[in-house]
Amino acid sequence: MPFDPKIKIPDENEYLNCIRCGLCLAVCPTYREYKNETDSPRGRVALARKSLEDELLLSPNLVEKMYSCLACLACNDICPVGIKPADIAMEMRHVAEQVKPTPWKDRLFGKVVANPDLMEKATWPLRVYQNLGLRWLVHTLRINKLFPKQLHDLENMLPRQPKQPLRQSLPVISKSLNESKYRVGFFLGCAQSLMFSEESAASVRVLNRNGCTVITPRETVCCGMPAAGYGRLDLVIEQAKTNIDLFLNEDPDVIVTDCATCGSQLRDYGKLLADDLDWAEKARTFSAKIRDISEFLMSIPLEKPIGSVNARVTYHDPCHLRRAQKVWKEPRGILQMIIGVDYVEMPEADWCCGAAGSQLITHYETSTRILDRKMENLASTRAEIIASGCPGCQMQLATGIQRNGLKVKVMHPIQLLDLAYSQQIEVK
Amino acid sequence: MDPEIFSQLEKITGKQGVLTSPEDLAVYSYDGTFEEGKPDVVVLPQTTSQVSDILKLASREKVPVVTRGMASGLAAASIPFLGGIALVMTRMDKILEIDLENAIVHVEAGVVTADLQSKVEKHGLFYPPDPSSIRHSTIGGNIACNAGGPRCLKYGVTGDYVLGLTVVLADGRIFKTGGKVIKDVVGYDLKSLFTGSEGTLGVITEALLKLTAKPKFAQTALVEFSSIENASKTVNAILMGGFVPATLELMDQTAIQCIEAAMQLGLPTDAGALLLIESDGMELDQTHQEIDAIKKICEMYGATKISIAKDEQDRANLWKARRSISPSLARLSPNKLGEDITVPRNNIPDAVKGLKAISARYGLPIVIFGHAGDGNLHPNILFDKRNPEHMQKIEKMVAEEFELALSLNGTLSGEHGVGTLKRPYMHKALGDVSIDIHKNLKKALDPLNILNPGKVIPD
Repeated sequence: MPFDPKIKIPDENEYLNCIRCGLCLAVCPTYREYKNETDSPRGRVALARKSLEDELLLSPNLVEKMYSCLACLACNDICPVGIKPADIAMEMRHVAEQVKPTPWKDRLFGKVVANPDLMEKATWPLRVYQNLGLRWLVHTLRINKLFPKQLHDLENMLPRQPKQPLRQSLPVISKSLNESKYRVGFFLGCAQSLMFSEESAASVRVLNRNGCTVITPRETVCCGMPAAGYGRLDLVIEQAKTNIDLFLNEDPDVIVTDCATCGSQLRDYGKLLADDLDWAEKARTFSAKIRDISEFLMSIPLEKPIGSVNARVTYHDPCHLRRAQKVWKEPRGILQMIIGVDYVEMPEADWCCGAAGSQLITHYETSTRILDRKMENLASTRAEIIASGCPGCQMQLATGIQRNGLKVKVMHPIQLLDLAYSQQIEVK
Repeated sequence: MDPEIFSQLEKITGKQGVLTSPEDLAVYSYDGTFEEGKPDVVVLPQTTSQVSDILKLASREKVPVVTRGMASGLAAASIPFLGGIALVMTRMDKILEIDLENAIVHVEAGVVTADLQSKVEKHGLFYPPDPSSIRHSTIGGNIACNAGGPRCLKYGVTGDYVLGLTVVLADGRIFKTGGKVIKDVVGYDLKSLFTGSEGTLGVITEALLKLTAKPKFAQTALVEFSSIENASKTVNAILMGGFVPATLELMDQTAIQCIEAAMQLGLPTDAGALLLIESDGMELDQTHQEIDAIKKICEMYGATKISIAKDEQDRANLWKARRSISPSLARLSPNKLGEDITVPRNNIPDAVKGLKAISARYGLPIVIFGHAGDGNLHPNILFDKRNPEHMQKIEKMVAEEFELALSLNGTLSGEHGVGTLKRPYMHKALGDVSIDIHKNLKKALDPLNILNPGKVIPD
């Protein structure tokens, strides 16, 4: 055993039975771009195993191969043996972080991301940049053309920032508009509050309209996905405990989120804390209450909208929703319920868009190549709107649409439902 | 290996085409078996002329070259046991032409077979060979191993669709054999020589493949039996009845239970065996009639239940399940050794009986499934590589499986190929004269023995 026994490593049963058949290569976006085994799930499992069995060093290059995984989970899904290569890659990031900790990750994920006040302060310059008209100025004077290509894409990726994070303006209790039938805890994700506040405001409106009293605890902290992605599973556990106590104290019937990524991480709390005697039970209860908003709405007697949205609409499956939570029929169901929506299914709708957290920053070339494939599929639908309930996907799709000069609007499926309810037919 | 060779390789393919890190070498050391052997360098060419330059260099330096696609092989044919160059064809992945008038497709070797199929099917055309690795194997690998699959019962194997090949010889010379003609008797049939040669005679870089019209309709039946003996007798009865369904697949109870555990499709885990039978054709009536007649035969031979796939989704699920049997067996044990002995179809029931006896004698499970219709069975021995007793046993068991196949007038391998794993049994299977011819052919085409050395042909 090459590692100190204190270091948490994947259990050998997670990789021992990989028979290296190669089926996962067929569905891996990084393999399909580079056609190189080292960028494949089977390759990552082999590398993990060989480093755990002391055949290979846990070299920077080996760790990088764990970080090149998009965690889209397509390999987990297809493996007939039940090996989860994407999970192994994530755990190996944690191994690397334990062996050689990176101080900035401690500051960023342990302090800033885990603290909503600090997150809001840290992103304040962006709001100023956009809302004081600086962004307009930069674009009008074409200063952004002077940015390097990657920075240019990143600048385009940012949605228009709300003047104020939603966390500050959304009441803790939003009452049902009619007889209250469900007590819903609303998990307002960081990206939703800071960048996509209109979407979550729409989500709460739709819930209120459908018999839900919505409780949005202000002290909600980050779900933990960014920390997990950067190998700090230990920090996820701290954040999980804060959120579990906070929500269970409110005694909600269900806990709803409109962020695919948050939802998948929250559902994982039960598994993460399964071995912690004090927390296992609570974590399991918490995770069992998690619902994606589309999933929850389709499980209750939902008011059919009378208003219409006249547009050709397609849908992109966030990996964190389709594979991590097995939710894919529901958002499509909501879209198809809306009068005037000409729904068209996109080829490879469940193929990763390449966002995968911060891959556009850390793996720019791979991320854009995968995005280009998505854009080709999007263009073939001739849709005017692409709906997707994940802030990461939405930013990535918007970047791709701009890069490729397409005329497609990116929206959350619930926004379309909200729009139909409000009968403000302003789309197009 | 001399690092000077690395830089010369980089000059040929560019830096991104040459990999030498310990991580890269480690992941190019395996295929779909439990064997391993590391190359000294991994090279990913993008054109035939790059392959030619690589082989010229390898000949000059007398370096082994082991060609590889997606390494889904089950015979350890693409593992570089002697080091040297792992020549990876996956980046030569262009479909160069779909010739609609002649119904021929021109492809590079690294095209994924399933991609090729879906591309031609958009034009109403059909490339029938369907190895279970269809989504994770390349057409070049399929040709080099003459891959089969369930549909081969009716449509034939990969080699039956190869009209022409572009091959790079060991000395780097590029040559083309065959062409867009259906009939061609000028000279020896060299394309057939390279088909199934497992990278020992040359490197296949491009192929012209014959296509056919895509059948418009298919009916799929799942037939349950109380025992595998009854199921295998039924296979013969169907074929004797004059029917050639597109597929006639057999799986035993363990196989059924494994895929059910993996995919939860609602398969009957209490059935002793299943037959998966598909009838396809251009007319709906015709497929209905065929499947009805086959149903009657199944009933006569003791089928306990027959269900027909109700829609395309249902049918797709059944085939997904069938293709997942082999890997899903790993749920039961860390390692498996799958063979693909093939016997004349009248001997299928005896082959099944013999395999069960071997399993009973050694006390290690043998799961049986396969393309029963063409006599091609996949007995899979389940074992644990870390257990020395298991390792001793499987060696003997495999030898007995081969013995069994030969005693029933069959062959060692119907579709996986010889590679490394079946090489020790070649003499017995083919005889001295045939081995002699093999050796002479090898010497003529690869005098320096740099192409996949130590594979296929025994010393």
